This record gives sequence, structure tokens and C-alpha cells, in this order.
Amino acid sequence: MATREIAGVTVEIDENGYMTDHTAWTKAIAEAFAKEEGIDELTDRHYIVIDFMRKEYEENGTGPSIRKLNKQSGVNTKELYQLFPGGPAKKAALIAGIPKPQGCV
Amino acid sequence: MSENEPIKRVSLVCSKGGLDEVYPSLIMANGARMEGIEASIFFTFFGLNAIVKKTHKNLKVATVGNAALNLAMPMLKMPITMPFPTLIGAIPGVSNFATWLMKNEMEKLDVPPVDEFLEMCDDAGVEIYACKMTVDMFKLTIDDFVPQVKGIMTVGEFYEKSAGAQIIFT
Repeated sequence: MATREIAGVTVEIDENGYMTDHTAWTKAIAEAFAKEEGIDELTDRHYIVIDFMRKEYEENGTGPSIRKLNKQSGVNTKELYQLFPGGPAKKAALIAGIPKPQGCV
Repeated sequence: MSENEPIKRVSLVCSKGGLDEVYPSLIMANGARMEGIEASIFFTFFGLNAIVKKTHKNLKVATVGNAALNLAMPMLKMPITMPFPTLIGAIPGVSNFATWLMKNEMEKLDVPPVDEFLEMCDDAGVEIYACKMTVDMFKLTIDDFVPQVKGIMTVGEFYEKSAGAQIIFT
């Protein structure tokens, strides 16, 4: 298993760079990942998405689809794309410390 | 274009209007946006059914002359190799049943119905256009289309819009 250093700690990552143990995640890690992805500051709106993704992952073992995010997280699709430009589900999962979502929608 | 350069833009052409013929374009366009790829869909010929207000919620799976329907047999707990006789497909209600079956399976996979999918694509930044020539042929106007349709374009404008994009015809 590969590891990397982020926000001053060493975490395990998969081949795509996503954290393999979401319990090792901290807000400091989220902020460091966000900066790497070109998001300078994580706002409350970002954290609504991040918290929802982590909760979904804990309950279902996989991140939510964009459709589910739109309907249930409180952040709609349009805003989601603004918050995480260039691939919301992928980027939000990375920042939330969960594996890359597997769905096609 | 160099060999491993990531795709930046895709331009999809949806020329057919069966439920199973429209979903691929919607899934590919939305999937592109999920990957940060710019995407547009140009609906033409019978594909226009998918964006006309009066028809877009009622797209059907064709059960006549569809020799590939055997693939759907496992949905009915039958072997994938079993052919689906086109004469049975002609019985009233059979196409509706096949359509219902597919919609049901799609819902299980969290794939939205066409009307919701068009909204989702639009919210995700997919640009949706109708083809001028077929709009004229079918005697349609911009008012006949769902609000997500950005405009009616000629084939020339479509190619202009598609500059730098991969064009995918379905």
C-alpha cells in the first residue's frame, strides 16, 4: 500500500491517490487536498458536501451519485460544479478522504 | 493531438429517439462533465423526441424488429440467449412493458428519467441543441422544446461549436 505525506501526517492512499482509511481523515487533510486541487478555501458549503459524502460512505460503503447529492445533501448540481470545478464527485471524494466514486452517473 | 493527452471537449450527436437510444448520449455527456470535460449534445432526426416537451417523458423501447432484445431476458429471469420474437413485440402493451422494465432497472442504478436527466445535464453545464434541418422537417419551433435546449443550430454551426472536440455519433 502506498503512502503519502499530507498536512504533516502520513496517510495510506490507493493507486489513484485517494485515502484508503477515511477514519484517518482530518479537516487539515481536507484543506491540503483542496489546495492541491485548486480550491483555496473550503467554505461551509463545501463541508456540507464533504460531510454528506463521508456519511454516505460510512453507511453504504460508496460515495453518493451526483443525483443523490443534488436531492439529499442540500447542495444542488449547479452549485456542486461551482464548489468543485472540474469534476465534483471525484474531487469532493478526494477531499473527503473516501475512495473515488464507482458509479457512471 | 498527442497520444495520452486528456480529452477536453466532447460533442455528442443523438439521432435516435428510443429510450435505450437516448440514454447513452445523456450518460456520456453527464459523465464527461463529471470528469471535468466540456460536453454538448446535438439532437437530430428522431432524437428530437428526447427534447420535445410533449414527448420527452414518453420515450419507448422498441420491441418490434429489435433482434438484440435477448439481452433483456435476464430481467425476466430467462436465459440471455433466448430470442424475443418480433410478433410478440407487436402485441399492444409489450413495448410499454419493456419500457417500464428498463426504467425500473435504470432507477435501481440511480439513473434518472429523461426529463430529470436533461435538467441534471443542464445544471452540470452540458449544452443542449436541436438540429435546424430536422426541426424544420418536423414542423417544430423553439417553443416545442424543453427549457434546457439552448438553441437550434445548423450542421455548420454544430461543427463550429465542436472546434477542438471529439465528435461522437449515436
